[in-house]
Amino acid sequence: MRDIFSFNVLAGVLQTMLSLATPFLFAAVGETFSQLSGVVNLGVDGIMLLSAFFAFYTVLLTGNIWLGLLVAIIVGLLMGLLMSVVSVTFKAQQGISGIGLQILGLGLSSLLFKVLVGTVRTVSGFRRMRIPLLADIPFLGPILFNNTVLVYAAFLLVPVSWFILERTTLGLKIKAVGQNPSAADSVGISVNGIRYLSVCIGSALAGVAGASISISISNLFQDNITAGQGFIAVALVYFGGWSPIGVMGGALLFSFATSAQIWLQVLGVDIPASLAVMIPYILTIVVLTVSVNRGKQPAALNKQFFRGEN
Amino acid sequence: MNSAVERVHISHVEMKEIVKTFPGVMACNHIDFDIRSGEVHSLLGENGAGKSTLMKMLYGMLRPDGGEILLDGRRAVFHSPADAISAGIGMIHQHFMLVPTMTVAQNVALGQPSSRGFMLDLDVVSDKIRKLSAEYGLRVNPDDLVSYLSVGEQQRVEIIKALYLGASIIILDEPTAVLTPQEVDDLFVVLRNLVAEGHGLVFISHKLHEVTTLSTRVSVLRDGHFMGTRDASCLDRDELVRMMVGRELKEITPRGYSGGAERLKVRDLHVQGDRGTEVVCGVTIDLHAGEILGIAGVAGNGQRELAEALIGVRVPTSGTILLEDADITTAKLNNRINAGMAMIPEERMQDGAIKDFSVQENVFLHDHSDPEFSAGIFLRFKKMEAHARRLIQDFKVKTPNLDTPIRNLSGGNIQKVIMARELSRKPSVLIASQPTRGVDIGASEYIRERLLLQRDNGTAVLLISEDLDELFSLSDRIAVMYEGRIMGLFNREDTDVQTLGFLMAGLDPKGESLVGPGCE
Repeated sequence: MRDIFSFNVLAGVLQTMLSLATPFLFAAVGETFSQLSGVVNLGVDGIMLLSAFFAFYTVLLTGNIWLGLLVAIIVGLLMGLLMSVVSVTFKAQQGISGIGLQILGLGLSSLLFKVLVGTVRTVSGFRRMRIPLLADIPFLGPILFNNTVLVYAAFLLVPVSWFILERTTLGLKIKAVGQNPSAADSVGISVNGIRYLSVCIGSALAGVAGASISISISNLFQDNITAGQGFIAVALVYFGGWSPIGVMGGALLFSFATSAQIWLQVLGVDIPASLAVMIPYILTIVVLTVSVNRGKQPAALNKQFFRGEN
Repeated sequence: MNSAVERVHISHVEMKEIVKTFPGVMACNHIDFDIRSGEVHSLLGENGAGKSTLMKMLYGMLRPDGGEILLDGRRAVFHSPADAISAGIGMIHQHFMLVPTMTVAQNVALGQPSSRGFMLDLDVVSDKIRKLSAEYGLRVNPDDLVSYLSVGEQQRVEIIKALYLGASIIILDEPTAVLTPQEVDDLFVVLRNLVAEGHGLVFISHKLHEVTTLSTRVSVLRDGHFMGTRDASCLDRDELVRMMVGRELKEITPRGYSGGAERLKVRDLHVQGDRGTEVVCGVTIDLHAGEILGIAGVAGNGQRELAEALIGVRVPTSGTILLEDADITTAKLNNRINAGMAMIPEERMQDGAIKDFSVQENVFLHDHSDPEFSAGIFLRFKKMEAHARRLIQDFKVKTPNLDTPIRNLSGGNIQKVIMARELSRKPSVLIASQPTRGVDIGASEYIRERLLLQRDNGTAVLLISEDLDELFSLSDRIAVMYEGRIMGLFNREDTDVQTLGFLMAGLDPKGESLVGPGCE
């Protein structure tokens, strides 16, 4: 038991945490863009599944991890376009079309996996990339600076997204469209155009999130490999108050919970495995219940825009 | 000119033979309108006269069905507000187009090219706002969050936005409707500055005193028709009122009205509107059994809120309402209905019926718990159907059957279903808000007959209407409401359209302004 509190275990927990936070970060920061423009995309998990499969399958066939990542992004974009066409152009209820997207992703990825692969295979995915000098810092160095490129990219995405949202004209437009689409329309901003763009940014990032699972963390694909992480990512957007930095805090919290329960099991601590696996999900429910700041919620979230209603 | 921003210069905008039809209505019927730089051209008319529709076409929000728009003689076609903006036309909407969670500077910068490419240049924008602010006397702090600003301040932000966009011609859609008297004074100072700087302003209003103090020219619309343009130098208020409200008057046959017992007593009632400002300012009225008391007035002068307070869906801030001497000021809606009150609401689809419910279900929105139609938790469908069928026949509602969703009926038939429901309870007090608005002529006549019948049967009827003909042909007494106050109460035989028209515009019959706008 005393092993649990050793430095080595703590380092392991933290490094696993960073790695597990990667899909959450890509998916939830992406969903932040989508929701700030007023579109709740509940299909994130479906996009992640389909992208995870295609990334995995591409690497399986070609061995090229970068090509796998590119394919994942393209699949994400296509799914985002589908969501936009249905919800923005044809103004379907976002919740319903998002769930449709989720079911499509889940079903299609399972079907393709069965037909094209059939059995559990592993691929050689992204490798850890040690950053010289920085990785030599005692204790923290190996945890922070000895990760795969997707981990670095995920954490770099947070300040980049913050900058786009807070300091650029595009960010202002996205937030205006989500808060008061009529006002945005009245100064000549294309409400639908901004929503398409935001949903597609979010979906492409969900694609990267999927790839990060299948060709960076697990290096394999299986049915429903995301296990609902896409839904947790949607919840993280609410938890993070529609800010990339808040989202990062949430992603770290949840990946820490997951990482800790994995390490508890690895070390043979005597708690039922099924109970341990539940921890992150229970945490999601509890945290969402107490933390959501509705004041920050985009006023036009989940509302279709019709010109000239006011 | 040394202005903070470049202005798109237009000296003359002409709208020629503009036609716009909506399903069933000709909102603009071959209207001519023009505006020059350096003038205020007011657009006067009652609600629904076509003022806003006409201006929305000039701002690219609506496309005209016919006619053309000329900018300095060149034909222009606007597909969206963006086109109108780049042509130098700005519009201050009645409902502000601002993002409340953003600062003033962010709102102004929204959608505008930045001097730093894709990066925001809020410091540059703020500087320009400060310059514009000083230039035109528009007090605004660029760093303030819009949600913390008063209505008057938000309006100044809208004007700054229009100027920032380079507007040469600015349309103001009833800009004073939401302002306090002090804010109106401030606004007029700003507007005069704008005119002095060579801007052309279109001022939409139905308030005569504002129009006469501000305008260079005044044009009047009525029912989608252009009634004429007058220069400010030779404005005749009598004539403007006639142009605005004057209609052929029907012969009035006096009916002996004796004045029954007092049913509803309203004392010094104050009610707040949706924006939290007081919109009913000390109304005192008595409603008698067997009379129709008409409330005249242009929409938005507190009539809706008065009706809502009387029926109990809006809580008055002070004052009392007595029904047969029982204080019902704070009584629940259901209790008022059971005590004999009924209402025909102004927004019949929103407040009077449930769109997707069948005709029969709409008949039973309230009375489903009546022992006659229910036993415990069970509904007695046969009795309900018989009752609904009787009402439908009685009120001559044209519907395929009782199960038809009410949204499939015409406006007049929906109104008849609502009336049938409300009157079947044999109310002692009926509040009817705009009962014939948007209803075809046949159904309107029927609804009016029904109101008269109700009166003859002893019900006390409060009829809120914008239609002076309707008020004259139905009412025993007519009160005029303006800016939340009762401006006068007359027996029908003792007044005329002219007098009411003046009072509806906030003027006494000699044309003098009676009160400033808004409550004290």
